[in-house]
Amino acid sequence: MRVYLDHNATTPLDPIAADRMAQALRDVWGNASSVHHFGQQAKAALDEARAAVATLLSADPSEIIYTGGGTEADNLAIRGAAEALEPSGRKHLITSGIEHEAVLNTMRALAKRGWRVTILPVDTSGIVNPDRLREAIADDVALVSVMHANNEIGTVQPIAELAAIAHERGALFHTDAVQSAGKLSLDVRALGVDMLSIAAHKFYGPKGAGALWVKRGVRLLPFITGGRQERSRRAGTENVPALVGLGAAAAIAHSKVSIEGPRLAALRDRLEAGILSSISGTDRNGAASPRVPNTTNISVDRVEAESLLIGLDLAGIAVSSGSACSSGTLEPSHVLKAMGYPHGRTLGSIRFSFGAANTDADVDRVLEALPPIVEKLRSLTTVGAKK
Amino acid sequence: MSGGVDSSVAAALLAEEGHDVIGVSMQLYPSTPRDEAPGLVVGRSGQATTAVEKWGTCCTIDDLYDARRVAATIGIPHYIVNFESQFGEHVISHFVREYVSGRTPIPCSHCNSDLKFAELLDRAKAYDAEQLATGHYARIVRDDQGRYHLRRGADTSKDQTYFLFSLTQEQLARAAFPVGHLDKDRVRAHAKRLKLHVTEKPDSQEICFVPDGDYAAFVERTAPDATRPGTVVNAEGHVLGTHGGVHRFTIGQRKGLALSTTEPLYVLEIKPDAAQVVVGSRESLGRTRLTASQVNWICGGAPTDWLRVSAQIRHRHAAAPARIRLKADTAGGVRLQPDWTAELEFDAPQTAITPGQAVVFYDADEVLGGGWID
Repeated sequence: MRVYLDHNATTPLDPIAADRMAQALRDVWGNASSVHHFGQQAKAALDEARAAVATLLSADPSEIIYTGGGTEADNLAIRGAAEALEPSGRKHLITSGIEHEAVLNTMRALAKRGWRVTILPVDTSGIVNPDRLREAIADDVALVSVMHANNEIGTVQPIAELAAIAHERGALFHTDAVQSAGKLSLDVRALGVDMLSIAAHKFYGPKGAGALWVKRGVRLLPFITGGRQERSRRAGTENVPALVGLGAAAAIAHSKVSIEGPRLAALRDRLEAGILSSISGTDRNGAASPRVPNTTNISVDRVEAESLLIGLDLAGIAVSSGSACSSGTLEPSHVLKAMGYPHGRTLGSIRFSFGAANTDADVDRVLEALPPIVEKLRSLTTVGAKK
Repeated sequence: MSGGVDSSVAAALLAEEGHDVIGVSMQLYPSTPRDEAPGLVVGRSGQATTAVEKWGTCCTIDDLYDARRVAATIGIPHYIVNFESQFGEHVISHFVREYVSGRTPIPCSHCNSDLKFAELLDRAKAYDAEQLATGHYARIVRDDQGRYHLRRGADTSKDQTYFLFSLTQEQLARAAFPVGHLDKDRVRAHAKRLKLHVTEKPDSQEICFVPDGDYAAFVERTAPDATRPGTVVNAEGHVLGTHGGVHRFTIGQRKGLALSTTEPLYVLEIKPDAAQVVVGSRESLGRTRLTASQVNWICGGAPTDWLRVSAQIRHRHAAAPARIRLKADTAGGVRLQPDWTAELEFDAPQTAITPGQAVVFYDADEVLGGGWID
C-alpha cells in the first residue's frame, strides 16, 4: 500500500465525479452553444456545474468563467485586467514573492511588455504583511494579486485586509485560491476580492478544468478570442465532461469542507510534531497559523530534498519538494527563498499535503520510515559533496 | 540509465530476471543554460574559480525522456538525480584544465570513478540497493578468495574496460554489468524482444557535454581567459607558424596546424608554459617509454618488479606488449592509496603516446590496472 501525501500537487478524482464525467463523455456530447436538444442538454450540464462552483465560492453563477485550469484562470485575471485598464494609464501591477509561477511568470511577461511590476517581500512567516502593500501601492496600480493559501507552506494570507488597501487606491484585487478551494470555506464577498481562481484537480476534480470568479462590473479583456462562450471572456467550445467533473467535485467539496478541515489538521499536526521531535535538524517552514489544514513544509538539514523524495517513494510514500515541476533540478524553492531562508535550508525542504484518503496509519508509516532514510542520507555527506 | 540501448537493456534484463530494479538517470549538465546563469569560470591558472551553479533544466532533454519511457515499458520506477555541481567540479573543470595544460583528457573515466561508482553508488547504498548496474561492456568475475577481477566485454569491438581501470575492489563488489557478456547485436536483439523503443538508437559517439564534438570551442567558452595563442615549432625550435592555443591540439594531430610544408607534419609534443606546439614527421611520433601516475591496481599485490603486460594507451588502440614497474608516489607527502606511479616500456614504438590519456594494463582480457599518462 502506498501512502499519498502530495494532495497540493493533485488529488485523485472523486468516484462520484468520475461517474458523472463518464456519463457526460458518452451522453452529453452536444455543443452547448447549439439551439437544439443536444445543445440544450450540454448547456444544462454546464449550468448545473456552474451553480455548484458558485455555491462553493458563495458567489453568483453568472460570475463564474470556466477555464482550462488554475493557471489559465490566473492568466485571464492578470492579463485580462491589465489590458482592460491599460488605456486608463494604470500600468503598475503588484504581487508577492511567494506566488505560484502561474502568477509570477505572467507578471514577468507583462513586465517585459512595459508594465511596472512590484513584488512584495515576505518574511519567514510566509505571510504577506499588509504594511508592505500600503508602502508599495500608488494611484497607478491596476491590479494587486496575492494568493489565498500558499501551495508550498500552506500559509493563509490576509486577503480581506489586502483587498481593502488595494480598493482604497482604486486598484483591482485578484487572489489565486487554487490551494484554498475545498480546504477552507470560501466566501468571495467576505474576502472582498474582485477575482478569484480555482482549479478542479486540487479538490478531487479532473485536470484541465478550472474557473475564474469575476465580480460583476469588473472589465476583463479576453486573451483567448473566438466565439462568445463564457460571456465572450473565454472563447472555445466548452469541455463539457471536464466541467461536469468540476461541478461535481465542487458540490462534494462544499459538503465536506467543514468536517475534513479539522480531521486533516489533526493528522498534519501529529506528523509535524512527530518529525520535529524525532529527527534532529528539522524545522517547520513558515508560520504554524493561519495555514490550510492539510499542509506542512519541513526542512531537513544536511540532506537534499531530491534524495529524500526518492528514498520516501521507494518506501511507498509520495511527497514533494516545493512545486511538482521542479524534479530533476536542484533549484531551491522560490517561495522559501523569497521568505529569506538560507540556501541550505531551502535545499532540504519537503512538503507533506494530506487529503481525503489519509488516516492515522499513514502518519505512523511516515514517522517510522523517515528517520532511517534521513540517517542514511546524512551519512553520505552528499550535500556540499566530497572535495 | 542514459537513455541509450545498453543501459536500457541492462535494466530490462535485470528486471526480467526478477530483481527489484530502480532506474536512475543522472542529470549532469544543463541542456539549455539560462542566459543569466554564470558559467564555469576558469582563471588563467586553469583553476576553476566558480563552480557550476543554478543551471536549471526541467528534464527536457531527449535522453532522459528515452530513459523514462524505457523504465515505464519494463515497469520499474525511474528517478533523475541531479549531479550537475559534482559533474562540473569533478569532470568538466578537470576536462578544461587538462586541455589548457596541453593534455588530452578522458572525462568518461572520471565520470565513472568519481560520479557513477562514487556519488551514485553511495546514493544506491542509501536506498538499500545491493548493486549498481550499468550498460558498460565489461565483465566482473569473483574468484575463490572473494576478490573481484575486471575483464574485457565479450564484444571486444565495444569493450569499455579502458574507461573503468580506476575501479577499486570495493567499487567492483557493488557493480554489475549485465550486458558485458553480450555482443552489441545481441543487446539490440534483446531490446527488440523486450519492445524497448530505443532498439534502433545509434550509439553515442561524442563526449556527452560537447555534443558538437568541438572541444576547443567548449574550452574557449568555458575558460576564455585561460587560452592564449602561441607558436608552432619544429624539434630544433625553429618557428614554423602560429596557433590559437595549445588546447586545440593533441599528440599525433595533423589537421589544424595551418602550415605549408612539403611533408605532412604531426604534433609531437605540447609545451603549455611556452604555448608551443612541437611538430615533426610521422616517424618521430613513435615512443617506447612512458610514465603514468595515479595508478590503480585492481587485484592483488602491485608489481614493484618488472612485469610483462599488454598496454593500451587510448580507447581505439590495440594493446601492445610491454613491461611495467610500479612505485609508491611519495612526492606529495602522504601517500594516498592507490596513488602509485608506473614506468612502462613497450617492446616496439607506439604512435602518439598522449599525456592525459589513460594507460591500461591487461593480462589477456583481464584488466590489471592503469594510470594517467604523464
